[in-house]
Amino acid sequence: MPDKKPISSVNDFVVRFANVNGSGSASANEMFARAILRHGVPVSPRNIFPSNIQGLPTWYEVRVTEDGHLGARGGVDMMVAMNPQTWDKDVGGIEPGGYLFYDSTKPMPSTKFRDDITVIGVPLTAITNSTYTDPRQRQLFKNIIYLGALSALLDMDPKLIEQLIGEQYKGKEKLLSSNVHALHLGRDWALQNLKCPIGLRVRKSDKVGDRIFIEGNSAAALGAVYGGATVCAWYPITPSSSVAEAFTAHCKKYRHDPETGKAKYAIVQGEDELASIGIVIGASWNGARAFTATSGPGISLMTEFIGLSYFAEIPAVIMNIQRAGPSTGMPTRTQQCDIIACAYASHGDTKHVLLFPEDPAEAFEFAAAAFDLAERLQTTIFLMLDLDIGMNHRLCRPLKWDDARQYDRGKVMTTEMLEEGRDFGRYLDVDGDGIPYRTYPGTHPTKGSYFTRGTSRDRYARYSEEGSVYADNMQRLVRKFETAQDLVPRPLQANAERPTKYGVIYFGSTSPAMDEAIGLLEARGHQLDRLRIRAFPFHSSVASFLAEHDFVYVVEQNRDAQLRQLIVNENGIDPVRLVPIVHYDGTPITARFIAKAIGDHQDHLKVTPLRKAVS
Amino acid sequence: MTYIAKPKFHHPGLKKNELGYTHRDYEGKISTLCAGCGHDSITASIIEACYELSIEPHRVAKISGIGCSSKTPDYFLGNSHGFNSVHGRMPSVLTGANLANRDLIYLGVSGDGDSASIGFGQFAHSIRRGVNMTYIVENNGVYGLTKGQFSATADRGSKSKKGVTNTDNAIDLVAIALQLGATFVARSFSGDKTQLVPLIAAAIRHKGASFIDVISPCIAFNNHAGSTKSFDYVREHNDAVNRLDVLVGRDPIAVDYAPGTVQLVEQHDGSRIALRKIDADYDPHDRLGAQTFLAKHAAKGQIVTGLLYVDPDAEDLHEHLNTVETPLNTLEADTLCPGSAVLDKINASLR
Repeated sequence: MPDKKPISSVNDFVVRFANVNGSGSASANEMFARAILRHGVPVSPRNIFPSNIQGLPTWYEVRVTEDGHLGARGGVDMMVAMNPQTWDKDVGGIEPGGYLFYDSTKPMPSTKFRDDITVIGVPLTAITNSTYTDPRQRQLFKNIIYLGALSALLDMDPKLIEQLIGEQYKGKEKLLSSNVHALHLGRDWALQNLKCPIGLRVRKSDKVGDRIFIEGNSAAALGAVYGGATVCAWYPITPSSSVAEAFTAHCKKYRHDPETGKAKYAIVQGEDELASIGIVIGASWNGARAFTATSGPGISLMTEFIGLSYFAEIPAVIMNIQRAGPSTGMPTRTQQCDIIACAYASHGDTKHVLLFPEDPAEAFEFAAAAFDLAERLQTTIFLMLDLDIGMNHRLCRPLKWDDARQYDRGKVMTTEMLEEGRDFGRYLDVDGDGIPYRTYPGTHPTKGSYFTRGTSRDRYARYSEEGSVYADNMQRLVRKFETAQDLVPRPLQANAERPTKYGVIYFGSTSPAMDEAIGLLEARGHQLDRLRIRAFPFHSSVASFLAEHDFVYVVEQNRDAQLRQLIVNENGIDPVRLVPIVHYDGTPITARFIAKAIGDHQDHLKVTPLRKAVS
Repeated sequence: MTYIAKPKFHHPGLKKNELGYTHRDYEGKISTLCAGCGHDSITASIIEACYELSIEPHRVAKISGIGCSSKTPDYFLGNSHGFNSVHGRMPSVLTGANLANRDLIYLGVSGDGDSASIGFGQFAHSIRRGVNMTYIVENNGVYGLTKGQFSATADRGSKSKKGVTNTDNAIDLVAIALQLGATFVARSFSGDKTQLVPLIAAAIRHKGASFIDVISPCIAFNNHAGSTKSFDYVREHNDAVNRLDVLVGRDPIAVDYAPGTVQLVEQHDGSRIALRKIDADYDPHDRLGAQTFLAKHAAKGQIVTGLLYVDPDAEDLHEHLNTVETPLNTLEADTLCPGSAVLDKINASLR
């Protein structure tokens, strides 16, 4: 018996799997997460993986959370330690009173364990080797065997796992039955040899509802399909590659002409990010909806073209799945670190529209909206995802589409309009919103053609280096950016129960941790109004929120508080009133971190918690 | 400096082509390049080729990078959309434009700095992909717009105007284009309109990646003794493998030449190229032969011009991608969006 009381918790704990990259554990681990979902209990899984294909350590963490807290929690209640390489660190990371699950085929010295945890040994290798002869089978089924053992230890319903196996191997009877067999090998061994269940248990609930379980990258790619993207050009880079791969898969299913079999899309893997964005700009210039997906280093390479898109006013959609920078940084770790790089990308005076989805559902919606915005505003729209949303399955509301919705192709002057004798000036602000009309190449034999260039030109697209002509155009671009404010998704505000002079601003993947942190802070007596920013340029409600609060915390996942810089810069406010709360070690931000950082600051301000004041 | 207007009036008796367009309809703005620039001769040849082919001017998209050569699309086809994009990135912009609308004619204009240095990669990959385009490099071996630095096509040992000798090896874009699978490869000289006009016309009619390297002396910075891209040097070292004419439909030109010296090449769209062979052994269908021929002549210091290689049955990127015949830029939500019923099924599969 451990010298610390074992943790006892139903539907609220964290299990972490420590594996070796390339060992085939990913699908078994994902099945574990899905099985808990089938119990009606929300889970939030995260891949923690190296920039490597085979041999290095990889972890998969599943937060089981009946309360629906989908942010990372921090800490591990049960470690499934399958990687000898990281054993010491893995064992050391278990919460006091937690559980260690390991392969006990080879005896381990007692010094390799801890006294304050429950150690559960299952001779996985021995069971596997006595059942299977093929080395690859041994490797793969070992994963299913530990899944079976865990199902017994955590009191899970094996029928739900069998159902999942059935869905996964539908039509492949041999694989199906052998997987079910392996599951029961592990489960039966545990039931016969161990005390089941342990203190951590899964109990059926109804907290999942109609929510879906999807990766942000796949959802964003689906948004591009629904949003009418026909050209995709990309260059492989973690963690964005799965956007283009998912787009390819979705298009193969939904975008082929049923009669001819021909593709209603074109996907090109460029030779680099420069070519990818060049293809996007060329296609958009010519009237197709086009996008690329990349990450920080790709953004750096694309900046010259992004400036062209801004200045020559060519639509483009760039999905930036952010990872830890600078330079190559930590390619497989998450951050929100390209805010400034994207907002002001390229030389000269530029500003770009950024969208900040909080989860896959918004990634889908904003991706589709990005194409409307790009064509309406004739400029680059950034969809700012990150690795945490992009490469992890996240529980979110079902994706929705209104069949009556038409694409907003923006201001395009047609052959008929030109025939009517409408005055066409490519950079002429006819409506006062800063947005000019454009024509597609090939529209009319004698009217509406123009020369697109990155050099300065007048309202009729004629080359000019006149100072007044240049300034007139730059001012119109400012007007256009002001127009964008009311077209992009608005911030969402949630006020504390009682009026407070303190507020918090956050965005993107910080959302679930922030929601959870609010509860923790309230328990400590701190009341905070919340504003979730969903886009740049900032809507006027951001300025109002700042004006209404004495101090506003800005929570983000980068070192330099980039969103805060952007807010200070764009709103011209006193930076002292904006308190940076930054988390940037490459792991997803947690509620515990936010609550501690804000709580400590509040204490530092010598704020008497309301609860104490009242009591 | 601002844009210079060009008078629109012209002689009422000006010759018209099949579509009723005159030469003037294929012209653009007044050139701002140096008087006598080889690039202006290429511009004139492009105008001539488009006129002769009776192309509707607005159905051409002209795309360029940055540099003297890349300015020229403003000087021809004034009723076409033009795009003076980013230095060295014409090929990617053109590729994207082509993907969006396969029905237009794509004319990519670039220079030696644009294609052999900063854009060498994009040049290579657009050729590899078989983008249906006519890619013209106006090659003067020098950075004109920044006043005379060597480019990557400058021959080793050639001298700059300031007297500096180039010690780097030269890139021969024609050799590279052949190696990368371009399905129409030619070289010409800006001063040889008789050869250049039909080459451009044939390249436009060719379906696939057409590449033409046009040596175009820079009269300001690369037309001196010691330069291997000067008018005099090129004229002295030019070795033409063939002369050609492009025959669209009923054109009777072919009969003008003696049998045995004329080879007819039928292209995918039904147009024919009549090759008047100067070098009797030269076979323009033999990629490997063309590469060897080129290398042998280069070793002798000769600049081979003419149509070096053509694959009349070439495929293009759209065929590789199996895209629909309808231009992608005309497709709307009704054909692109799978709709809410499909989305409900997708949602169900994610639970």
